[in-house]
Amino acid sequence: MAVPRTASDLREIVAFRIGNQEFCLDIRSVREIRSWTPTTVLPHAPPYVMGVINLRGAVVPIINLAERLALGALQPDTRHVIIIAVIETQIAGLLVDAVSDILTVAPTAVQATPRVGSEVTQAFVRGVIAMEQRMLRLIDLSAVIPGVGDRDL
Amino acid sequence: MDHADIRGTFFIECEDLMEALNDGLDRIDDSWDTGADPETINAVFRAVHSIKGGAGAFKLDTLVRFAHQFETTLDALRAGRIMPEPALLHLFHRAADQLSDLLQAARTGAAVEADNSAALVRELAAAAGDEDATSDADAEDFGFVPMALTLDLDMDAAPLPEGNRRYAITFSPLRGLYSCGNDPCVLFRVLADLGQLEVRLDRSRLPDFDALDWQESWLSWELTLETDEPEHQIDEVFEFVEGLCTLEIRLLSDTPSPTDPGNPTAPDPGAPSWDPPAEDSTPPSSGTLSAAVPTASRDNEKSSPPRATVRVELDRVDRLINIVGELVINQAMLSQCVQDEGVPPRSPIRTRLDDFKSLAREIQESVMAIRAQAIKPLFQRMSRIAREAADIAGKQIRLVTEGETTEVDKTVIERLADPLTHMIRNAVDHGIESPEKRQAAGKFETGTIILSAEHRSGRVLIEVRDDGGGINRPRVLDIAKSKGLVPEDAQLADEEIDSLLFLPGFSTSAVVSDLSGRGVGMDVVKSAIQALGGRIAIASEPGKGTTFSISLPLTLAVLDGMVVDVAGHTMVVPVPAIIETLRPRPQDVHSLGAGEQVVAIRGSFIPIVDCGAIFGYRSPVRRYDSTVLLLVETGRQKLCALVVDGIHDQRQVVIKGLENGYGRIPGIAAATILGDGRIALIIDPEEAVALGSGDPSLNPEV
Repeated sequence: MAVPRTASDLREIVAFRIGNQEFCLDIRSVREIRSWTPTTVLPHAPPYVMGVINLRGAVVPIINLAERLALGALQPDTRHVIIIAVIETQIAGLLVDAVSDILTVAPTAVQATPRVGSEVTQAFVRGVIAMEQRMLRLIDLSAVIPGVGDRDL
Repeated sequence: MDHADIRGTFFIECEDLMEALNDGLDRIDDSWDTGADPETINAVFRAVHSIKGGAGAFKLDTLVRFAHQFETTLDALRAGRIMPEPALLHLFHRAADQLSDLLQAARTGAAVEADNSAALVRELAAAAGDEDATSDADAEDFGFVPMALTLDLDMDAAPLPEGNRRYAITFSPLRGLYSCGNDPCVLFRVLADLGQLEVRLDRSRLPDFDALDWQESWLSWELTLETDEPEHQIDEVFEFVEGLCTLEIRLLSDTPSPTDPGNPTAPDPGAPSWDPPAEDSTPPSSGTLSAAVPTASRDNEKSSPPRATVRVELDRVDRLINIVGELVINQAMLSQCVQDEGVPPRSPIRTRLDDFKSLAREIQESVMAIRAQAIKPLFQRMSRIAREAADIAGKQIRLVTEGETTEVDKTVIERLADPLTHMIRNAVDHGIESPEKRQAAGKFETGTIILSAEHRSGRVLIEVRDDGGGINRPRVLDIAKSKGLVPEDAQLADEEIDSLLFLPGFSTSAVVSDLSGRGVGMDVVKSAIQALGGRIAIASEPGKGTTFSISLPLTLAVLDGMVVDVAGHTMVVPVPAIIETLRPRPQDVHSLGAGEQVVAIRGSFIPIVDCGAIFGYRSPVRRYDSTVLLLVETGRQKLCALVVDGIHDQRQVVIKGLENGYGRIPGIAAATILGDGRIALIIDPEEAVALGSGDPSLNPEV
């Protein structure tokens, strides 16, 4: 979801952890947070697509965000959570280690992603937010969720 | 409601009106030789009139002009000045088609070919025996045309000579007129537009104040109108209040004008007529009323009593269907939980749960029924297709439709339009012979195509039956051989030859005509039907005709599925696709080439496709001892054996699309939710087989 840079209002973000890195999403694109449930594996799916789950009747694909961000595959168990995110009309679940916080930030707090070598980082991280001693990486949902980015082309 | 809304409503109403129009024309078609029923003609007239009226309100001038001429010609038919001959009826059908096109164009804002319209207007005018009707039509002020929604049975069709005439109008509203929100002043104003109007109030009936029932209608008016407009213009003013007043229109300075017997006007001007509750109502007035009421009711009967309906947005219905689907799944999960908890089968909770189950099923079925629609509009479209196709092919065709009220899922109806169009064109083009040939064969020159629909054992059966020459099997076989579709020395049974028609790239017509044979053949029809979960069959008798039968599921929202196990994954295979299931004996399985294997079933060798392998769950199995083979038929007329590891169950499953969440997966048709709440993927047998045989177009890596 494109975050309007011009908005003067404060925004709320959901911060979560994958491994030892912290990421975040605009709270407006988060529909709910659920505990892990086993997925139905989809044939010929890319490795980061873990399968689909039944979310009250909707078929929702689950993305292993660690795998998608090339942080090494996360072996899911019951301690992990799924963030159900909505982008445009598409719903997807993101498997993460844990949700840590809900924070309020000013839009100006979002800094451009520092240039680092990894293309994956450039593709999936929209920007970074400095918060006390932490760095929150703002996820670009449309790049992470399969289908949406392709459809835009 | 803003303007766009009202406009939208108008077009929706027009759909109904077009339906009534086509219906009426069909009925006149059926009975023209015995004399068309005047009520039917009236119904047709009214439909056109209402469309014209609405179109006028939205300033759709092209539409109004066309409808006006159509109406005029229909009026001539109604007045008995012209006879409903086949040629005229054909013209009417074409006019109705054109009207429908114009409506469509007006709705979408697209341009229409004016020539076509103009030509038809001229033909209609000529048919009405009214050479200068077009110029009349142009001269008339269309802006005036009211939204005519009520009946106007009594227009005096014969145009009166020019010149001013004086009419005496006695107008006595009944109380119902006021309660419907009508205002006599408005009527008088409209009348005043027609010419010189004098209005005199007759309040002689008004009782003393003490005795006054304020809700009763006590007033009546004597009007004198001097106008050069024909009398039916005056009738039209009172169109909306018909039955709500006693009305008498009398031509002054002349003998009383001839009025139709059904005209609800009181013959005696001296006897003011009153509401029946008024106890001293005079005989003429009660006669008037009773004459008016049956007219209306007779009319309703004719246009098959409209059932009360509600227009609902499709989205809402779909949401409801989804939720009910959830309810059913939830119920299944609950049952499973209860069972897992070890609750004894006869315990009250299990009994209640069974009740819940049947209720949930019932709700589901009722909700599905909301999406179901009568197949009639589709059939009406087909009769147009047949008509146009017959015109091009120079054949005489009668399309008879049966079972129009059969209800089918809306989506099925929508997706049936193309294949059915193709089949009808095929029947006209290839099925029915030319009139000469038919005559030579001792048949009626007019060929008959019967399009029928019926419910049969939980499915919908649609048949296209023609009384043509039947399939020319030697020729079909020759063509198939020349195109290399079958080996030169093939010996095929009649049924096998017939089914050659479904092979891709088959077209029997020696000349590629305008109608069919545009490179799309019956194979396209077949795959369209199969995509709907249906089957198509063909039966033909030389010299007698050909029948195509389509059997379709009632709805696309649920599916009869076989729940199977594939390499530890639970999957669903649509039952209609499965011909049989079997456990192969080791000696029946033969290797063919590198890695390919076939199974011998009753003398034929059928390729084996391992579902586990094509979906990447495992490497292909080599031993089939513990597996089950599902024998499926694919669109290419080939049998194929899908390998699964076991069959769990057979049940109705609710279909959930995958496209919105993830995108298409080759070999997978959709998903469903099982009793345990897990999602199971529904296998598309056709694609699965194609995947197994290495069809590059379905390669998931591409």
